Amino acid sequence: MTAEGALVADALVRAVPLILTGLAVGLSFRAGVFNLGAEGQLLVGAAASAAVSIRLSTFAGFLVLPIALIAGAAAGAFWAAIAAELKRRFHVLEIISTIMLNFIAIHLVSFLVRGPLQEPTHIYPQTVTLAHPARLPLIIANTRLHAGFIIAIALAFSLAWIIRRTEVGFRIRAIGASPMAAESAAMIDVNRLSWVVFCYSGAIAGLAGAIEVNGVTFALYENISPGYGYTAIAVALIAGLNPLGIVASGIFFGVLETSASAFQRDFAIPSSIAGMIEASLILASLVFAAAQKRYTLFVRREKPA
Amino acid sequence: MASLGLALHGVRKSFDKVVALDGASLAVRHGSIHALLGENGAGKTTLMRIAFGMIRPDSGTIRINDRLVSFSSPADAIAAGIGMVHQQFALIPEMTIGENVALGGNGRYDNQQTVKRLAYLAEKMGMRINPLSKVKELSASERQKVEIIRTFAHDATTLILDEPTAVLTPRDIGDLFGQLRAFATNGGCVVLITHKLHDALEHADEVTVLRKGRAVLNALTRDVTQSTLANAMLGQIQIGTTPLSRPKPSPSINVLQLRNVLLRDRRGIGQSNRVSIDIRRGEIVGVAALEGAARSLLRLMAGRIEPTPGDIVRPASIGFVPEDREQEAVISDFTLTENFALRNSARRSGRIDWSNFRHRTEEIIEEYDVRTPGPNVRMSGLSGGNQQKFVLGRELAYNPDLLILENPTQGLDVNAAAVIHEKLRSVSLLGTAVVYYSSDLDELAALSDRVIVVTDGAIVETRPDRTIIGQSLLATIRT
Repeated sequence: MTAEGALVADALVRAVPLILTGLAVGLSFRAGVFNLGAEGQLLVGAAASAAVSIRLSTFAGFLVLPIALIAGAAAGAFWAAIAAELKRRFHVLEIISTIMLNFIAIHLVSFLVRGPLQEPTHIYPQTVTLAHPARLPLIIANTRLHAGFIIAIALAFSLAWIIRRTEVGFRIRAIGASPMAAESAAMIDVNRLSWVVFCYSGAIAGLAGAIEVNGVTFALYENISPGYGYTAIAVALIAGLNPLGIVASGIFFGVLETSASAFQRDFAIPSSIAGMIEASLILASLVFAAAQKRYTLFVRREKPA
Repeated sequence: MASLGLALHGVRKSFDKVVALDGASLAVRHGSIHALLGENGAGKTTLMRIAFGMIRPDSGTIRINDRLVSFSSPADAIAAGIGMVHQQFALIPEMTIGENVALGGNGRYDNQQTVKRLAYLAEKMGMRINPLSKVKELSASERQKVEIIRTFAHDATTLILDEPTAVLTPRDIGDLFGQLRAFATNGGCVVLITHKLHDALEHADEVTVLRKGRAVLNALTRDVTQSTLANAMLGQIQIGTTPLSRPKPSPSINVLQLRNVLLRDRRGIGQSNRVSIDIRRGEIVGVAALEGAARSLLRLMAGRIEPTPGDIVRPASIGFVPEDREQEAVISDFTLTENFALRNSARRSGRIDWSNFRHRTEEIIEEYDVRTPGPNVRMSGLSGGNQQKFVLGRELAYNPDLLILENPTQGLDVNAAAVIHEKLRSVSLLGTAVVYYSSDLDELAALSDRVIVVTDGAIVETRPDRTIIGQSLLATIRT
């Protein structure tokens, strides 16, 4: 494997959590649910998956991996369900509650890796390294590129198909485009559907965390995510919330972030340039979204008296 | 003759393709209370928002004290001496009265001075307010007083009030008009937006009636009666819209039954009487009401809200054409095909059959003469009339037993309205029961087999005759 090849593989590895959390954000935005909590959902997904992988590794055999991934998705869904339930019962804005839940998740992980999930010597704030049955297989030998990449691509294609070709996908688009028309003309139970979409969005972000633990880090520790769940918002917006576009923009951001350190090493270009480019792109995508008047979060239309 | 304080002339304004004002004019003299009357949607509020700089007119002039002005924001209007009290109060509940009044000022905020000035103004107007109490602790009438006093604090010489009596008790109404009269006597102008004939006749010096965006009557209050005003508001019969003779509907089979249903208004407050009504197969029933009073009745029938309490038996398939088309009936960013698929989408599952929906959309475009390049253009590209024809076509595509419509031809041109009337007649002959609300008495008289008038939650049935409908509506205005 050449050095260039390894770099490409690393970029794709980096893209996997960005694509998955991007899909999570994109799905919820499509339904008019502003889930900004992909970061927290990813973290609890990672924690649940790590816990299951460690506890079950001795007796679940080859089943440990699928169980761990499902546990990660379920934990993400649960984390999103808290915000969804607060929204449904008390009309708490999900924009605020999901961000707050992100902080809780960060501290929850801190607690776990210093408490119940800490490695047996109690020296390092992290879990033990996962055993091999719990690790995602590699797609290309001698790189770090793991099967999670295939899962992300497959999920993107399924979501694209669901949104374009199925009744439920159409309903999701309808409640996002106009909740009033969806309720009145299509007689959709908007509250219920947006609740469900919220949880699925959380599940995808939780899966991203599980895949990160079982495919890349093989352990849970603090700062396991360098803010994937936030970059995901840019990934989704730049792609116009289109799942296949999210694959492209996720890979683009993956390349940007991995090459930043290479540039710093080889050409002395500060890696913070990559962060600035990312932030500029987020800003540009917000302006673009506002110009398109698609997202009611950012825009108000003039209405007749 | 006193000079004019506020004069609007030839004002036109359209929102998208809907004409709200069609050359409306209004002239308010110094020292007078001027009532601006009109039905819901006649353009009263739009005209006054233009006078207050909230909306820019497409054309027309505004003069204040005979000087031509042009406002780009309410701040300009306030600087020119205009104050407006909105139907929904624009106060911040968490702040004190003094702070609310001081909002919008420049420079340093001196709480003590504001309090002093407020106390002085309140005394001058004969109001009792405490500038230090928070707005959230105030009743509706007190909040209104704060709104009025705020306009005085900004040295308003012209005061515009949008439906000010809607939230007040009779005693508060008396107080309000006492204060307004005092303001006018000192040389101020008062514009009173209202749909209550009684308020206008009792308290105003002069009255202007708007209908369909135009001033159709301007007179001194002492020269008009309740019936001249009502006629001006509701419009005269146009020649050639007499009812068509139609074969009697087939044997009476009920498609809809309401039993002892309690109607609620938008705020969810139950109204006084329980309603029972039957709708029969193949009949066209017009519903007359003022200011959205029929809304909950129609929505109950359409299955968009559930009766609480009361019983209702609905047919399996109901078509619904709501008044607010852009918000409720269609999604502007979706294509025509997608908008067709919207209907019933909650009941379907699995894969979506786009080619079928595209095909059926093409049929509607053809049959209802919808002017569009094709089924894959966005709904926002269509005119209001073509959107409405499309919505009607979509709702009828499922052969409903019952079709409910809210103001189906409001804002449409004559041709689109004619297509819709023709369609309603022909589907009723095929057995569909049609129930529609209209604010147009001529339409009610021309299209209906019978008419029900909704008054404060109770209903009265009348013949489809515009004079009789008008009288029944007047009865509701008087109360």
